[in-house]
Amino acid sequence: MMVRRLALLLLLCLPALVNAQSVMMARSKLAFPEAMSALQQSVTKHGYTISRVQRVDIGLTRSGYKTDLYRVVFFGKPDELRQLTKEYPEMIPYLPLKIVIFAEQGETLVAALNPLELAIMFPKTNLDALLHRWANDFQSIFADVRTAQ
Amino acid sequence: MRTMTRPFLLILLLQVSAPAWTALNGAELYSQNCSACHGSSGTRGVGVPLALPEFLEAVSDEYLLKSIRYGRPGRVMPAFPYFSDAQLAAIVAHIRSFGPAHKPHSTSVAGGDPDRGGRLYARYCAACHGANGEGGKGTGVTFSRPQGLPIIAPALNNTGFLAAASSAMIKHSLIRERANTPMPSFIKQGLSESDIDDIVVYIRSFRPQHSVNEAAKEPPTLVYESKESFEDAVESVKNAIMNANFRLIRVQALDQGFVEKGQEDARRTIVYFCNFKQLDTALAIDPRVGLFLPCRITVTEHNGKVKLLSINPNRLSAVFNNEQLDEICKELTKTYRKILEDSTL
Repeated sequence: MMVRRLALLLLLCLPALVNAQSVMMARSKLAFPEAMSALQQSVTKHGYTISRVQRVDIGLTRSGYKTDLYRVVFFGKPDELRQLTKEYPEMIPYLPLKIVIFAEQGETLVAALNPLELAIMFPKTNLDALLHRWANDFQSIFADVRTAQ
Repeated sequence: MRTMTRPFLLILLLQVSAPAWTALNGAELYSQNCSACHGSSGTRGVGVPLALPEFLEAVSDEYLLKSIRYGRPGRVMPAFPYFSDAQLAAIVAHIRSFGPAHKPHSTSVAGGDPDRGGRLYARYCAACHGANGEGGKGTGVTFSRPQGLPIIAPALNNTGFLAAASSAMIKHSLIRERANTPMPSFIKQGLSESDIDDIVVYIRSFRPQHSVNEAAKEPPTLVYESKESFEDAVESVKNAIMNANFRLIRVQALDQGFVEKGQEDARRTIVYFCNFKQLDTALAIDPRVGLFLPCRITVTEHNGKVKLLSINPNRLSAVFNNEQLDEICKELTKTYRKILEDSTL
């Protein structure tokens, strides 16, 4: 009984484990290169393959616009990508998954669409378990970036 | 006896551990939910820098609590309805650790003339806060303003602001100079307390401008069917993109980077494109727009049917809580539709 009460108490005291915001964000005190490295390591650690890094800042700079470092990291799991795009082709424009990473002075910000938003956008899909896992993974990846030394 | 002591032990444990948990929660909750926009120590980011001493002195805990609870609809700051009162109090306590304590206002607003207040508002406030209290433009993060400027003028007509700010607080803000921001003391500008009361009553008369974003009801994906062959459809998309003044970035298989080179599914091809001028404008409005990037249309062939798919920018914008971005995305959606229609003619 005591253990159950303590467990309940701990649950009540703990901060929300899943960020319920539509757009997930985190700040790293690290400079961009180190934060990018932490992000890529964490994405890989969570079992995802990074398919590409889009260098948005390069395109902007070449076109004459001033910008700080700004990249988009695309990633996913090949089997999931294959399965999802086959079963739910309407989700194709939202895949592969992506996290935006950009510099703000000496620090770095990361942002991503909360995967749980996809459950709202595509209510007829039966992907709750997968999307919750993605959301937890994103939360964990963002925590890794936020706390990376 | 043993059964009876357990609840007491539990209560004792609660009392001993609660302050520690609260302290831990405040810093951790702030770090998880607020620091991305407001900075690790409240010195930067969206809106008012939380660590600004004059801000901390001017605002009550209730204002901070309600601001977090209700957010600022349409102004990036999200609402946090799922936080408990204890969690909100912990975050506020952490914000309070950034600087001086709140100084309760000695001011009060007895009443005023809203018509006269409107005229004074137009003369003294509208330049920064907007003719209808809509606030300054941009989010404040990174791209939207010089980093030296520490504040984006708040939207005074925002439901979140009006719910959080008391009349006395608004009056106090008008009377006291807010150092290191463009907000002056209007007493020093020559207004009387009665004039300021009129302005406060006028601001209180603002009707919320933010409405429910109807785009949230739109389909998330734009899907068009092409009568052409797969190869011709890809060419048509490329031509339509260039005709719409976008630059082709690259064409690749959907699964490129996930399978070995040469093993990609050639019947699912992404055409990436960009208009850097529009991108620069969008980044100034909201630096998170990378979640839209790069612009793309995917061409697929399945069971002999060729389809073109893209995100619906209108729908995606609905998750950003940024009315200024909504406006851009309405135009972008029209452009996407035109490209898709031109591609499938």
